[in-house]
Amino acid sequence: MSEALKVLGEHVAAAQTEAVTDWAIAHGELTVAIHRDHIVDVLTWLRDDPACKFTTLIDICGVDYPQRTERFEVVYHLLSMHQNHRIRVKLSTDEEAAVPSVHTVYPVADWFEREAFDMYGIIFSGHPDLRRLLTDYGFEGYPLRKDFPLTGYVEVRWDEEEKRVVYEPVELVQEYRDFDFMSPWEGAKYVIPGDEKAEG
Amino acid sequence: MADDQITETAPRKFTLNFGPQHPAAHGVLRLVLELDGEVVERVDPHIGLLHRGTEKLLEHKTYLQGIGYFDRLDYVAPMNQEHAFCMAAERLAGITVPKRGQYVRVLYCEIGRILNHLLNVTTQAMDVGALTPPLWGFEEREKLMVFYERASGSRMHAHYFRPGGVHQDLPPQLVQDIRDWCDQFPEKLDDIDKLLTENRIFKQRNVDIGVVTKEDVLAWGFSGVMVRGSGLAWDLRRSQPYEVYDELDFKIPVGKNGDCYDRYLCRMEEMRESVKIMIQCCDWLMKEENAGEVLATDSKFSPPRRAEMKRSMEALIQHFKLYTEGVHVDAGEVYACVEAPKGEFGVYLVADGTNKPYRLKIRAPGFPHLAAMDFMNRGHMLADVSAILGSLDIVFGEIDR
Repeated sequence: MSEALKVLGEHVAAAQTEAVTDWAIAHGELTVAIHRDHIVDVLTWLRDDPACKFTTLIDICGVDYPQRTERFEVVYHLLSMHQNHRIRVKLSTDEEAAVPSVHTVYPVADWFEREAFDMYGIIFSGHPDLRRLLTDYGFEGYPLRKDFPLTGYVEVRWDEEEKRVVYEPVELVQEYRDFDFMSPWEGAKYVIPGDEKAEG
Repeated sequence: MADDQITETAPRKFTLNFGPQHPAAHGVLRLVLELDGEVVERVDPHIGLLHRGTEKLLEHKTYLQGIGYFDRLDYVAPMNQEHAFCMAAERLAGITVPKRGQYVRVLYCEIGRILNHLLNVTTQAMDVGALTPPLWGFEEREKLMVFYERASGSRMHAHYFRPGGVHQDLPPQLVQDIRDWCDQFPEKLDDIDKLLTENRIFKQRNVDIGVVTKEDVLAWGFSGVMVRGSGLAWDLRRSQPYEVYDELDFKIPVGKNGDCYDRYLCRMEEMRESVKIMIQCCDWLMKEENAGEVLATDSKFSPPRRAEMKRSMEALIQHFKLYTEGVHVDAGEVYACVEAPKGEFGVYLVADGTNKPYRLKIRAPGFPHLAAMDFMNRGHMLADVSAILGSLDIVFGEIDR
């Protein structure tokens, strides 16, 4: 299995020398990193090349790494029913740089890209209809970014006097507690209450 | 004369809101339909009314806590979703599932498939005007959910699969009861079959409606029955086997025309195949020589057994650590998918070495199917919208996540 993937990886890297920046096999899966400007060419080639035939786009999703200069990764999962193999194509981008839309190659990319835009604010250039998909009408912010709080910013309730649903800032009776369980011996980066006295 | 002029100049196109509260919307779907008379010109599905932020929540939960969220995605076949997540975690942590655990998983995945197809086939019939099939089908679903309860303690939200196997072994009586159920179920299926398959109204509403060609299937990222209904023999259980599917004997039903009716036929046939798989699993589980562990004992994910905790301090500490801190999974990324009843259900898991997933993307099979609503409905009549929607097998838990 991994032997065949290696051959495939070399084949992709050899044919798309301009685009491919890196490729690797891990956990029995082939991952190819490319530059974002080439995504349409690479996916078209992967779809049409007789040795690849990745005719099905399984998924597009974003991943957020706030510490990186280009904070977002866009990950494309492809499947070839003809050759019975899979590939993962990755590229990186940031809040401003647009990724070319691949809806011309795979029509289904339309919704996947809308979702990535909705969740992360990743811009896809050339997309016919880049609206929000999953969040509420009039929603602000990008919920899956790491700097978006789990509790969100607004909550809704039915207002009996106004006879409509009203939006209000989230009010929690108790702070949301996100335990990280890191033991102080393993390098937790906070001071345990009481420890600050130990120094003096 | 004046009346004639009005009808001539008045625009015939109008926009219709379908849902979000509509019995044929299978949950909370709002469709904005642009109609020319009764012909659908454009469909704009508005989804997300059931969006609960599962992916965000999972980033804040340990791996064990996360399993429960998968039951709530496609709540019609809960364990199939847990399966994909457990497989992803297993691959990253390098755990192999014991044989008995694999058989129990397959058994319950097939129960899930029947649960799903029973609901879909019968409600599809309801969408096109038949009321009896759901009443008959739901009786069998109820029995299956009792099997869920007897294994996991819960009718629907089971939390039964764990990385490394399943939580507890099945009692022998339960396996026997499932086996007995398998004997009587094909008869019940025949009843539904007689009621629907040759039914004139059902055929008029489904044959040649919502046809998808093989090219469309690939372009729109379809999977599962949507692929097989169009004549492509693609099933992950066969083509990329996981667990013990390669040891089991079953067939992959394939349709010819790719219309709503063929998809219905595929689902009916798949239920019969699932029963065959279940019988094989039950027979295997009942053999005495096949007794053994159902959860990998060497993995960090498996809790120490209760009896052990009464005597061993280490076991008690391990138990506490497992259920509070959870397991640290090595950094890496993996995509695991299963053939869920609706199609390919995938989990893309990015781990960063902590006890929680760094990013978890759920690839729901219904999502691309619903994305194709616009393309599938163009040119059809308004009444066909609900027939097509029914045959897509939509459940909003997994689409909105």
